[in-house]
Amino acid sequence: MKKLLVILLLAVVAYSLGTALMSVKFGENRLGKVQDEETVSAFYLNNTPEKLSVANVVTAIVVNYRGFDTLGEVSVLFLAAMGLGSILYHRHKEGEEEEAILKPSSQLVQAGSKLIFPAILVLGAYVFIHGHLTPGGGFQGGAIIATGFLLMMMAYKDYKVSHKVLTWVESIAGVTFAGIGMWGLIVSQSFLENTLPIGTLNNLFSGGIIPIIYVAVGFKVAAELTGVLDTLLNIKDKH
Amino acid sequence: MMFNVIVILVLAVILLAAAVYAVAQKDLLYAVLATGVISLILSVFFFIMQAPDVALTEAAIGIALTTIIFIITIRNTSRREDEVPVEHEPDRVDKESKIIKQ
Amino acid sequence: MNLDTNLLMSIGVYGSAIGLILIGLYAVLIKKHLTKIVIGLSIIDAGIHLLFIAIGYISGGTAPIFSPAGEKIVANGGIMVDPVPQALVLTAIVIGFAVTAVALSLVIRLYRHHHTARIDQIKSLKW
Repeated sequence: MKKLLVILLLAVVAYSLGTALMSVKFGENRLGKVQDEETVSAFYLNNTPEKLSVANVVTAIVVNYRGFDTLGEVSVLFLAAMGLGSILYHRHKEGEEEEAILKPSSQLVQAGSKLIFPAILVLGAYVFIHGHLTPGGGFQGGAIIATGFLLMMMAYKDYKVSHKVLTWVESIAGVTFAGIGMWGLIVSQSFLENTLPIGTLNNLFSGGIIPIIYVAVGFKVAAELTGVLDTLLNIKDKH
Repeated sequence: MMFNVIVILVLAVILLAAAVYAVAQKDLLYAVLATGVISLILSVFFFIMQAPDVALTEAAIGIALTTIIFIITIRNTSRREDEVPVEHEPDRVDKESKIIKQ
Repeated sequence: MNLDTNLLMSIGVYGSAIGLILIGLYAVLIKKHLTKIVIGLSIIDAGIHLLFIAIGYISGGTAPIFSPAGEKIVANGGIMVDPVPQALVLTAIVIGFAVTAVALSLVIRLYRHHHTARIDQIKSLKW
């Protein structure tokens, strides 16, 4: 009986989505002429290379035009890491031995991961430093760095990432982001206003505050994701 | 143009097959790997539709990190979906919310 | 022939997005094991992200990046795809991962307490 009702509901959802998408033609140009700025996207595409000197329009939207939403997203990630740590909290009793959760891996994996780990870190740093020139940015670079730490944690049985360092890095990065916003508020009465000199297009130091914010976001996301993985991998098995 | 259409249709078929496999399979490890395949094909779709930032994000987060947290969850819960649990009374807790060992 | 390829592409992309949403919804509503329900949630997320990017696509457009090659394309009269849905989906992917992580930690905690992860076996609601 329940299955029949669910299939009926799915049919209703499919029918309504299908007829709604019939009127949205795939690949139709809804922007209008970019110079006329009839839509919001046309405004962003027209003004980004001149007013901001940033090559990647998606970065400009995420950090500058909708920068406040990125602050919210970073705080949602922080809340998730904190919630995860508090739900899986396990009080250490005295005399309880720490049993390792992972078996030691082979010699090939250990030697290879020690070689490739700095390369992954450099790749992640490259991605979030050049976020305003090429596709990439803070979130992508942070995820790549967290994957590098995950590789080391899985290859070596007792690879410990110091929680104090992670906490400090994350806090300083978050304070930098909010501090730049407050600085914009103090100097020109608008939160997260672009106050530093703009520079020329396709240079590394261009776009005002945008590279600085993305570097801070990259560090923060990398520290948070590494903390989440560290918490999950160190769950002490009860049986 | 024709090449683009063929690639999109083939990838769509593989995507839906992987999604059906992920939902129908009773062994949870294989279902999680199928979810990773869904993220991979989705990343290729994003690249075909000229969105490189989104493709990078989906590849970095969806393939590696989501799969690993699912696998850690499977390690700490049960491996198969139709596992009948051993008859066990739920743990009792005392006044200070400490679990009393049976 | 031109309209035919566009129709095939739209069926391919929109069809797979709607298919993913339906399959994920089925898993959330019917399945009994908690990990399978969270897998269904993750599949619904994937379908919705694909739908967003598919709506923002413009045929013949290129990626919205003003690199030297991109500037040349725009100067020759080319168009770029819509950048706003891409910014929305970027945020949505990261938040989807955060929600999945918290949901899985709740599953682990429930298993630790009840020794089962099936919702039809968790019957002791005394606490």
